Amino acid sequence: MQSQAEVQIGDQEIKHAQQSEFVSFTVAGQAFCLQITQIREIRRWAPVTILPHAPMDVLGVMNLRGAVIPIYDLAARFGLQQTEASERNVVIVVAVHGKPVGLLAESVSEIISINPEEIQETPQVESRYTMEYIQGIISHDETMVRIINLDAVISAPEQGLS
Amino acid sequence: MSGSIQDTFFEECEELLEAMDEGLTAIEGGDHDPEVVNAVFRAVHSIKGGGGAFGLDELVAFAHKFETVFDEVRSNKVQLDVKLIQLLLRCSDHLADLVSVARDGGSVDEEHNDVLVAGLEEYLGEEEEELTFEPMGLGGPAVPLPLDLEEEKTYQIRFQPLKEMFGTGNEPFFLFQTLSELGTLKVTLDETELPGFDAMAMDDSYLAWDLTLTTKEPKSAVESVFEFVEGLCELSIVSDKDSEDEAAALAALNAAFGVPGESAEPEPSDPFEEPAPAEATPMATPEATKVEAVKPESNKSEQRGPKPTLRVELERVDRLINAVGELIINHSMLAQQIANLDVADLRDVETELEGFKNLARDIQEGVMSIRAQPVKPLFQRMARIVREASAATEKTAKLVTEGENTEVDKTVIERLSDPLTHILRNAVDHGVEKPADREAAGKSRAGEIRLSASHRSGSVCIEIKDDGAGVNRPRVKQIAIDKGLIPENADLTDAEIDNLLFLPGFSTAKEISNLSGRGVGMDVVKNAVTALGGRINISSSPGKGSTFTIILPLTLAVMDGMVVSVADQTMVVPITSIIETMRGSDDMINSLGADGTLLSIRGNFVPICDVAGALGLRKPEGDKPPGVYLLVETETGQRSALAVDDIHDQRQVVIKSLDGVCGNVPGVAAATILGDGKIAMILDSESIIAASPSSATFDSERRMSNAIAS
Amino acid sequence: MKTKVLAIDDSRTIRNLLAATLEEAGFEYHCAVDGREGVDMYDNVAPDVVITDINMPNLDGFGVIEELRGDGINSKVPILVLTTESAPEMKARARDAGATGWITKPFDDQSLIFALKRVTGAAA
Repeated sequence: MQSQAEVQIGDQEIKHAQQSEFVSFTVAGQAFCLQITQIREIRRWAPVTILPHAPMDVLGVMNLRGAVIPIYDLAARFGLQQTEASERNVVIVVAVHGKPVGLLAESVSEIISINPEEIQETPQVESRYTMEYIQGIISHDETMVRIINLDAVISAPEQGLS
Repeated sequence: MSGSIQDTFFEECEELLEAMDEGLTAIEGGDHDPEVVNAVFRAVHSIKGGGGAFGLDELVAFAHKFETVFDEVRSNKVQLDVKLIQLLLRCSDHLADLVSVARDGGSVDEEHNDVLVAGLEEYLGEEEEELTFEPMGLGGPAVPLPLDLEEEKTYQIRFQPLKEMFGTGNEPFFLFQTLSELGTLKVTLDETELPGFDAMAMDDSYLAWDLTLTTKEPKSAVESVFEFVEGLCELSIVSDKDSEDEAAALAALNAAFGVPGESAEPEPSDPFEEPAPAEATPMATPEATKVEAVKPESNKSEQRGPKPTLRVELERVDRLINAVGELIINHSMLAQQIANLDVADLRDVETELEGFKNLARDIQEGVMSIRAQPVKPLFQRMARIVREASAATEKTAKLVTEGENTEVDKTVIERLSDPLTHILRNAVDHGVEKPADREAAGKSRAGEIRLSASHRSGSVCIEIKDDGAGVNRPRVKQIAIDKGLIPENADLTDAEIDNLLFLPGFSTAKEISNLSGRGVGMDVVKNAVTALGGRINISSSPGKGSTFTIILPLTLAVMDGMVVSVADQTMVVPITSIIETMRGSDDMINSLGADGTLLSIRGNFVPICDVAGALGLRKPEGDKPPGVYLLVETETGQRSALAVDDIHDQRQVVIKSLDGVCGNVPGVAAATILGDGKIAMILDSESIIAASPSSATFDSERRMSNAIAS
Repeated sequence: MKTKVLAIDDSRTIRNLLAATLEEAGFEYHCAVDGREGVDMYDNVAPDVVITDINMPNLDGFGVIEELRGDGINSKVPILVLTTESAPEMKARARDAGATGWITKPFDDQSLIFALKRVTGAAA
C-alpha cells in the first residue's frame, strides 16, 4: 500500500515534520503509536496505588522520581478489553498539558520512521473513540498502526477523573 | 517600566504599609517619639515616591496630603491629639486600599476619600500648593516639541562660572558637551581674566566661555542645560531670533565682551577641541585632587542596622523544600532496603544511616523555617478590621494582640487572613455589646478582643477571645431548629449548641447588619481552617464572652500520620484527627437500623465508618468490618470509629498535593511517598465520614450517640 | 569604561527603577539602601556620580552630601539629589551642602539620563 497525497490530519506538527519517528506499541492486541518526541520515558509496569472513586480507565497513581503521576489504562480508555496489568506490561510516560501522565500498554514494539505523506486519514467508523482519539493511521509491515491523538485521549488533568 | 519593577513596588508597599501601621499603632499607644513619627512619614513618602513613578495619581495625591500633615506633626506645627490619630489611622487604612486598587484594580470609595482629604486639610494651612508631578525644569530633550517650532536659531551664550560652582561638582566641559548635542556648538575660551600663575588662587574662578549654538531646540531647552548651575555662574543666553530689544542687548553684550565672530574653531564634529586644554587647569578639574581613602565609622553601621536579610523568590524555597522532602523519602527507602539485605552485621551502616536521618531532619527544619514568618503583619491588618467593624456597628472595640512574633508557614498566614477577618467581624458584630449595654452590665464601654498566637506542642494555636455577651444559646438552638438543622426535641450540651454555629446553613444574621450578614457563615471559616489541616473550636460563657481556638499545623509540607492498611492499600491518617486506636471484638459491635453499626467504647456508642467502603474499595456488604478502629473526632465534635484492616506505625510523611494529578477525590486529602517508593493516600477523616454510605441514613442516630459519647 | 553610578535610596522601587534605567543606558550601577550605607560604600565603589534621595533613615540626603564633600572623604564627583521636593529652599539647601544638581521624582528615563549627562558627560 502506498501513501495518498493531500491527507488532512489534525496535528500540524506531524504534517510538517519530515520523517518523524514514532514509537509503536500494542494495546489489547491492536497496534498504536505516538510520536517519539511526545514520550518522556518507558517503564516496566509496577503495581500502582489505587485512587479511590476513580473511573475504570484510571488505574491509580505512581511515584515518578518524587512526583505523583496518574496512570491510565489505554485499553479501557479506548473501550477495548481492559489490560490485566503484569510485569510484562509497560508504562509509557508522556507529557500532556505540561504534566507527566503514565499510559499502560501491553508492550512496546519498535521505533518506526514515517513520512508525513504516509499518514492516512482515519476512516469513518461507528466507534466514538476512534474518531476522537485516533488522528490518523499508517501502514507498517502489512499491519495498520493507529496514531494516538494524545490531547484528546487525556483531557486536562483536572478533568481527568471527574 | 517593566512589570517586575511594579511588582517590587507593590511588594515594597506591603512592607511600607506594615511599617506605617506599626508606627501609627505605637503613636496610638502614646509613643510620640520623633523617630516613630519620622518612620511613618518616610513610609508614606516612599509610597508616594514609588506611586509617582507608575503614574498612580490618585494614590500619590492622597499620600501627598497624608504626608504633608505628617510633616506638620514632624515639625511640631500640629499636635498629635486623639482626633488626629484616629484620622491618621483611617487614612492609613485608606492608603492601603488605594494601593490594593492600584495593584488589583477595582474602584476607590471617592466619598470616603474626599472625607479623609477634607479631614487632613483641616490640619493644613491655606498656602498648601497644588502638587504637580511634572519633572521640574528638566525639559531638555525629553519634552516633545511641536514640529512648527523646529526652526534653526542661533544662541549666543556667555557663561562665566563663579567660584561657588566648583564646590558642587558641576563641570563646564560636560555642560558644553550636552549643549553640543542640541545642535552645532562653537566654544571660545575667554581667559583674559586669568591672572599670572603666581597670583592664582586655587579656589577662585577666572575663566569664562563664549558659546555659539545653532539648534532647533527652544530657548527653554538651552536654559535647562544650565539648570544646575543657576545662581552659580553669570549666564546670558540670547537668540538671534529674539526680539529687537534682545538683539540690541546682544550687540551690547558682544561689544562689551568683544565676542570674536569667526575666531572659534569651525569644526562642528568636535566642538571641544578648543576648550579642552582649559580642562588641564587646576580650577576646572577639581576631581584631579587626590581623593584620600578615608572610611569613617564604616563598621558602626553594621551593628546599628537591622539583621541582614536575603530576599529570595518563594519558588526557589519551595524547590528546596521539595528536594528535602525527596531526601527524607530517599532515606526511608534506603533504610528499608538495607534492612532487607541479608547481611549479618548492619550496626555500622545503621549508625551512619541514623546520622543521615538526623541530618536530613535538620536540613528539613532549616528549610521549613525559611518559609516561617511572624504573624505580626497579619495581626496588624486585623486591627483595621476591628476598627472598621466597630465604626459600622457603632460599637467600641479594641484589638489587643499577643504573640505577634510567633512564626507560622507563609501559606498558612496567607490563608488565615479570611477566616480571622470573619471571626473578628463576628466578634464585634455579635459578641461585643453596644456601649450602653456594656455599661449596664458593669463592663467598660469599650469591648476588648484579644488575638493571640502561640506554639503548642508542634502546632500553632491562634485564639480570638472577646469580652462580649457570649453565645446566645437559646437563640442559636432555636435558629438551628427553625432551619431544620437539628430535631426539635434535640437534647444538646452547651458545647454542642455553641458548635452549631459551624454548621453549613446556619447564620445568625437575622437582622442583616453591615458586616457579618454577607451570606458567609462560620462554616466557611471552619472549612478554611480544615483545608489548612487545622481545627477550630468555640467556647463561650454567657455574659463574659466567647473564645475561638484555631489549632494549625506548623507547616503544610510534612505531617505526622498513622500508617494503616485498607483493602490491601497502605494509607495514612493524620494524627491530629485521631483520639485513640483500638482493636475491637465482635461483642463491641451493635447493629442499629438496617445497615448502621455502633461500636461500644466504655459504655459509649460511636458509629462505625468502614474506610474501604467509604472509598469505594470494597463492597460494603462484603466482609465484616475488620476489627481495627481509629477513634476520630470531627470538627463539630462528633466522634466516629474508622474501621481499617491494620495499623502499622506512626511517622512523619511528606505531603504531596494531588492538585493537577486528579480532581478532588472524596475522602482523600493528599498523597505521600512511603519508604518503599510507593504512593499512599493521606485520608481526610471528615470527608470519609461524610462519604460513608451509612452516613445519610445515620444522621440523627449519630447525633444522638454523640450526645452520649461527649 | 562605563560610568559608575552610586544610587542611595531607601525605596526598593526607586532603586529598581534606577537600576533598570541606568543599566539599559549603559551605566554601571551600584546602590545603597540608606545614607549611612551610601557613605560607607563610597570608597569601595569609587563612583563617577552619586544620586541620592533626601528622606532616608540613618543619614538623610543632606547628611550624605555633607559627609561626601566633607574633609573626611573630600569627594569631588557630581552628586545629584533625587527628590520629590521641588521647593526652592530645598534645592538651595542641597546646593549649599555641595549638590551638583537635582532630579525631581517621579523621573522619566530621559530626564535622568539628561541630568547625568550634564554632570558627567557620559555618552548614553
